[in-house]
Amino acid sequence: MRFVIPLIIFLTMVIFLGIGLKLDPREVPSPLIGKPAPAFELPQLADAGKRFGKDNLKGQVSLLNVWASWCVSCRQEHPLLVELAQKNIVPIYGLDYKDSREDGMAWLSRLGNPYVLSAFDADGKVGIDWGVYGVPETFVIDQQGVIRHKHTGPITEEAWQKTLLPLILKLQKEGSAA
Amino acid sequence: MKQGLLVLGLALALNAQAVEIRQFEDPAKQQIYENLVKELRCLVCQNQSLADSDADLAKDLRTEVYNIIQSGKSEQEAIQFLVDRYGDFVLYNPPLKTTTSLLWLGPFALLLGGGAFLWRHAKRRSAARETEPSLTDDERHRLQELKKKIEG
Repeated sequence: MRFVIPLIIFLTMVIFLGIGLKLDPREVPSPLIGKPAPAFELPQLADAGKRFGKDNLKGQVSLLNVWASWCVSCRQEHPLLVELAQKNIVPIYGLDYKDSREDGMAWLSRLGNPYVLSAFDADGKVGIDWGVYGVPETFVIDQQGVIRHKHTGPITEEAWQKTLLPLILKLQKEGSAA
Repeated sequence: MKQGLLVLGLALALNAQAVEIRQFEDPAKQQIYENLVKELRCLVCQNQSLADSDADLAKDLRTEVYNIIQSGKSEQEAIQFLVDRYGDFVLYNPPLKTTTSLLWLGPFALLLGGGAFLWRHAKRRSAARETEPSLTDDERHRLQELKKKIEG
């Protein structure tokens, strides 16, 4: 009987520490989820004369992937993006974040270009508006231009199968029903 | 010893250079800016404030805060700018909400729980002391005798 209270305290601590181990401190919930995507207007990466803005995303479910040629994890993620682009499930747009135009272009021609279009965010201002804090980041945007999900860090096969793909299919169905 | 101090001094000087210096013409604005960047958390190196962090993003965010304060907007507006984009996570002093209630009230709950436990424990002990059987006159007499014998 004497050991009941210490045992309860011990078990409570084990439970909380266990939860703490499972949490990823890099995963900061974005306040932008469920809100319209922040407006932006940027030159395209491939052609400085052409613009890329929020309107390009309208009317379809899309992914906006924030990347940079200097970003190591982006390189790790890249083959999966190329593979997804070939499957043609959802258009993937790129936001080349704090990069140089030459480096970004060279990166795409060397490793393949999964993006329908890439916007070029040289000073990272649009990145700040989107709450970007660590590339790569991927946003799921619905037909109405509302951000529905954010994935921080490289997309893994598991994250794609378990979270992103089901959400995209669900949003596409919602859109065609409406 | 002297050399050690010199090296230490140089190291500190280099360290201080890690974060750029921003000057305001208005000392009141300067004060607001300096307080703000100490209270805002860097998202890249999460245990550092914007003021301490050498991360690229922290530098960009300091620039944003600088521009907001420089343009004459209030401290609240600068905080709101960051909270809109990065959430309450950027605040070292988060507001009391349902999602942060455990953070704010948890310590008080622990204090209350601990206090209640101590109080009960102390009460039980004093109760135990009161019910301790006291010595009879005969026993007390024997005790005195024994003490005398030992002390010689």
